[in-house]
Amino acid sequence: MAYSKKVVDKFENTLNDPKAFNVGRFDPKEENVGTGMVGAPACGDVMKLQIKCEPSGNTHVIKDVKFKTYGCGSAIASSSELVDMLIGKTLEEAKAIKNKEIVDALELPPIKIHCSVLAEDSIKQAIEDYESKQ
Amino acid sequence: MTEKSTIYLDYASTTPVDPRVASKMMEYLTPDGEFGNPASRSHRYGWKADDAVEEARSHVANLVNADPREIVWTSGATEADNLAVKGVARFYKSKGNHIITSKIEHKAVLDPCRQLEREGFEVTYLEPNEFGIIQPGQVKEAIKESTILVSLMHINNELGTLNDLQSIGEITRESGVFFHVDAAQSTGKVEIDLSTLPVDLMSFSAHKTYGPKGIGALFVRRKPRVRIEALIHGGGHERGMRSGTLAPHQIVGMGEAFRIAKLEMTKDHEMIAKYHEKFLDEAMKIEHVYINGDLKNKVPNILNMSFNFVEGESLIMGLKDIAVSSGSACTSASLEPSYVLRALGRKDELAHSSIRFSFGRFTKQSDVDKTLSILNNVVDRLRELSPLWEMHLDGIDLDTVTWNTH
Repeated sequence: MAYSKKVVDKFENTLNDPKAFNVGRFDPKEENVGTGMVGAPACGDVMKLQIKCEPSGNTHVIKDVKFKTYGCGSAIASSSELVDMLIGKTLEEAKAIKNKEIVDALELPPIKIHCSVLAEDSIKQAIEDYESKQ
Repeated sequence: MTEKSTIYLDYASTTPVDPRVASKMMEYLTPDGEFGNPASRSHRYGWKADDAVEEARSHVANLVNADPREIVWTSGATEADNLAVKGVARFYKSKGNHIITSKIEHKAVLDPCRQLEREGFEVTYLEPNEFGIIQPGQVKEAIKESTILVSLMHINNELGTLNDLQSIGEITRESGVFFHVDAAQSTGKVEIDLSTLPVDLMSFSAHKTYGPKGIGALFVRRKPRVRIEALIHGGGHERGMRSGTLAPHQIVGMGEAFRIAKLEMTKDHEMIAKYHEKFLDEAMKIEHVYINGDLKNKVPNILNMSFNFVEGESLIMGLKDIAVSSGSACTSASLEPSYVLRALGRKDELAHSSIRFSFGRFTKQSDVDKTLSILNNVVDRLRELSPLWEMHLDGIDLDTVTWNTH
């Protein structure tokens, strides 16, 4: 199938150098960590996204992100793309990220749009988890 | 041209044309070759083309020990399956309207069966066992008064497992029911002797056996006689069963491919069995690998494996220098795992993580070695990326997790 070069590159770069592309985990019990996990193995994709934040003024800023994704090439590329968008953003800015931005950045084909939806859901859930701890 | 650095391990999907076959085909196209219409009875161009077609028919018949008069040329195994299933059903509809097939047939059988259901036929879809095999007893149980046809494949294209044609055929004979077999994956892989095998119709493909795409054949038994209603009318070629000008270059290609298959089957098999053994030994050293199919009852050229905690399409993308196919149809619009693996009762996540490796005549030992080393590496890396693998290492039973499905 016709994946864009962007999806292929993102996937391959992430696979070849996972650490540089924020693959990994934080201790989910830490207070400054928020974890989101969406999807299901039976559907063929599961994304786990973790954010590490710091208070900054009257909000919180995402300082670091880790992720792991089980899924097709575009699911992995979508998570990796999302990670790039998150670091340094305030929670409000992160909440405003829409799946369309990932679709555009990676030129996802229509049947893979659900991958970007999943990525959007994962950050929403991670922020929710983080906020519930504050 | 495909980059030569890509290793081809998708022979069950199609094979390259053997160069010996291609050069033979070239003799039947150009002005200095035998380009005639085999149906032209009035000049030597026609006679020569007809001779070539009949010689090819003998080669095809010879590989499966049939009478050449029992071979009908078609455009491929899909047409042969259509012709057999619809042809028998429509011809014998006054005798009954019930057909038996299985859930893991090729779409070339399943889709015609669906069409026949729309025309008022009743179809029973047998469930395979966990290895992908239909037990003869299931066929016996499913046959009823109105049954006219049983259609089952010989070798499953995704799994490589074999059905017991002899036992199933004895049951259909006893019940006076026709037995059609899709043998697209069989030629050149296993011996078929239609002089003793109780099978009434059998479909063949050229391009799975080093012949060209676009040509196949249907075996239609003469004794006891099977009659079929044609799908294509227009000139009464092939004794009325399949009209249309024959394509001598394609037919000669299939004939030559099947002639070579007869001569080289043993050699091919020995080499491929060696690759299979080596591949299996090494791949099974990877943790949480599962074989789909039955190792004790399958052909060595097809090996279907699931790599738990890794999704199939990402694995295929990771294996970019290797041409293989995924049981997971995530590559299509359906986002469904393989219906074949599902029918075996495999969990969806294992069905999603399956890869079919298939070896062939032109596979080299170095292809197998290189694939194994890349496979090891990619599975490792994808597991490092996989939250499911992480949970598994943490001792979490994934079956007990409540997932946030979207």
